[in-house]
Amino acid sequence: MTAWQNERTVEDVAHGIRRRVFEHTIRNNGGYLSQACSAAEQLAWLYHDELRLGPPTLPMIPEPFGGVPSADNAGYRTGAGYNGPAAPQYDRLFIAPAHYALVAYATLIETGRMAPEGLEMFNRDGSSVEMIGAEHSPGMEVHNGTLGIGLSTAAGLAWGRARRGDTGRTWVFMSDGEVQEGQTWEAIQAAAHHRIDSLYAIMDVNDQQCDGAMSSVMDVRDIKAKIEAFGGVAVWIDGHDPDAMRRAVAIPHEGRPLILLARTDPARGMPPLMARFPRLHYVRFKSAEERARMNREIAEALGTDPVSLEDA
Amino acid sequence: MPEMVNRPYEAAFEAHALANPDVLCLSADLTSSCEIDRFRDNHPDRFLSLGMAEQNMLSFAGGLGLAGFRPFLHTFGVFLYRRPYDQLVASIAYPRRKVRLMGFLPGVTTPGGMTHQAIEDISVMRSIPNMTVLETGDATEVESICAAADSIDGPVYARVLRGSVPRLFDTPIEVGKMRELAHGGDVLVVTAGIATEEAMRARAALDRAGLSVRHLHLNTIKPFDAAALLDHIGSVRHGVVTLENHVTEGGIGSLVAETMADAGIGKRLVRLGLRDTYAHGGSRAYLMRYYGLDALALVRGIEGLVGEEFGIAERDLDAARIDAVHSDVKAEAL
Repeated sequence: MTAWQNERTVEDVAHGIRRRVFEHTIRNNGGYLSQACSAAEQLAWLYHDELRLGPPTLPMIPEPFGGVPSADNAGYRTGAGYNGPAAPQYDRLFIAPAHYALVAYATLIETGRMAPEGLEMFNRDGSSVEMIGAEHSPGMEVHNGTLGIGLSTAAGLAWGRARRGDTGRTWVFMSDGEVQEGQTWEAIQAAAHHRIDSLYAIMDVNDQQCDGAMSSVMDVRDIKAKIEAFGGVAVWIDGHDPDAMRRAVAIPHEGRPLILLARTDPARGMPPLMARFPRLHYVRFKSAEERARMNREIAEALGTDPVSLEDA
Repeated sequence: MPEMVNRPYEAAFEAHALANPDVLCLSADLTSSCEIDRFRDNHPDRFLSLGMAEQNMLSFAGGLGLAGFRPFLHTFGVFLYRRPYDQLVASIAYPRRKVRLMGFLPGVTTPGGMTHQAIEDISVMRSIPNMTVLETGDATEVESICAAADSIDGPVYARVLRGSVPRLFDTPIEVGKMRELAHGGDVLVVTAGIATEEAMRARAALDRAGLSVRHLHLNTIKPFDAAALLDHIGSVRHGVVTLENHVTEGGIGSLVAETMADAGIGKRLVRLGLRDTYAHGGSRAYLMRYYGLDALALVRGIEGLVGEEFGIAERDLDAARIDAVHSDVKAEAL
């Protein structure tokens, strides 16, 4: 048993993710808090249970920003090493909605792949732990901040890996908002056409996007029917139920990508957050009073202590 | 009349791909139009049809690059950057994937009008960090473009000529090295792509009129050998004229202007090309005349630079080659 494996349950890891993101958001007077509510079980399940990953290859405390890729930057590397080495037998994971980075970083900490100090570097100038995950940020391998490109990139990687005989899968954590981008459908049709079945995705269907509820911004209708019409295999699951994820990933999908549609609650574990509905994309408290109240009420909901704001 | 070579890309790509197992052939529904239909038929295991879905194709190619492959993307140049610009930057350029973007029908070499004519591609590609930009000007350069592009440790955009292509040079592209085609001391002419053939036509007439032209052909637009250009500028009396199959903003005219300004060169520069305009559909010869991209336009530009008229008319220029519109090489077809 090593640092990146432990006896905890997925539910316990998910609770830890929520707590870390909550504490961070209160301390910094803002953050992608709702994304922790909706995605905690999905990322906990991926990292703790489902993904076959090797031990991390990069320092537990992230190194500062080391420059962007260029012919002159010989020492450049991505943050993929937090997911372990890119070996043929291991899985790869892209976090397609890069603004979930805070939640992804919290997951790395909860699964022993990054030191808690890493989160203190979040969104600090000169840090690699960026607010919108960059490819040099912990756990990231490609830039995904522009929504819709993740699944295409993963399809290409999966095709290439299968061609080379790799047994590892290529996974994408997606968000429902990005299905508004036509590229998502281009990617699914290409993956089906080329029979790329080592491609897997789990999509956080929380019905939220920057402007508010998706149904009010641009209704995407029946995502499952659309995925299947484009040639993929899709299954609806309860996005807070790890057992449902375990059953869904076993569904046969020969020659087709498998996409788990995880229906989620954007305030799961933190019901007081619904006072902000439908503006949940990025939570910034409007007043000291609201911040103090959220600190008290969400801490109570999570069964933890409020964050000390004396030094905040 | 130069020797005309039929479909030089077809055999050149096949030979390069067969010698390089990590090279893949990608197409976006323009397979015969990009001269890779025979490759598709002979080597289906090396060919990936990505359909009319360029946004996906560019990100997908980024994924193939991440897996260690060197995909060659084949479509019209315009479709490699206008629609999928975000994917070009995020999935290919930023991470320096070894993706080779083979852009066919550059500028007015297509009669397809605005939607098909890549007239600002060099400007766009030049401004993207990590991108290498190459352009072919004859059959020999088309024959060597695959090896040249594939030698680059990073992404490459190449303007590729297709169909019936004249052979002007007898040595392959050396990335980063401009060709010195004439060594005169009065005016420096800088061209790339199909503009080079036009400048060669104009040169003979200008010689007869007593003007000594120095002529450079660029096949490597980025990175650019500024020192070599400055040496040539220093060797001519009057100044520089550029002619390009592209808008005059951001292309080789701008490249020369930037180089001169950076070095504080006080000589005159005349930039010829599409002047802040789109083109419409028509034959290549018609479009080059209409928009001032041909040999005669170059002569007039040089006259403007030196302040002298040489009395050169169309009949004094070497015969333009005539492409049969409906020939088997599909010179005009889409």
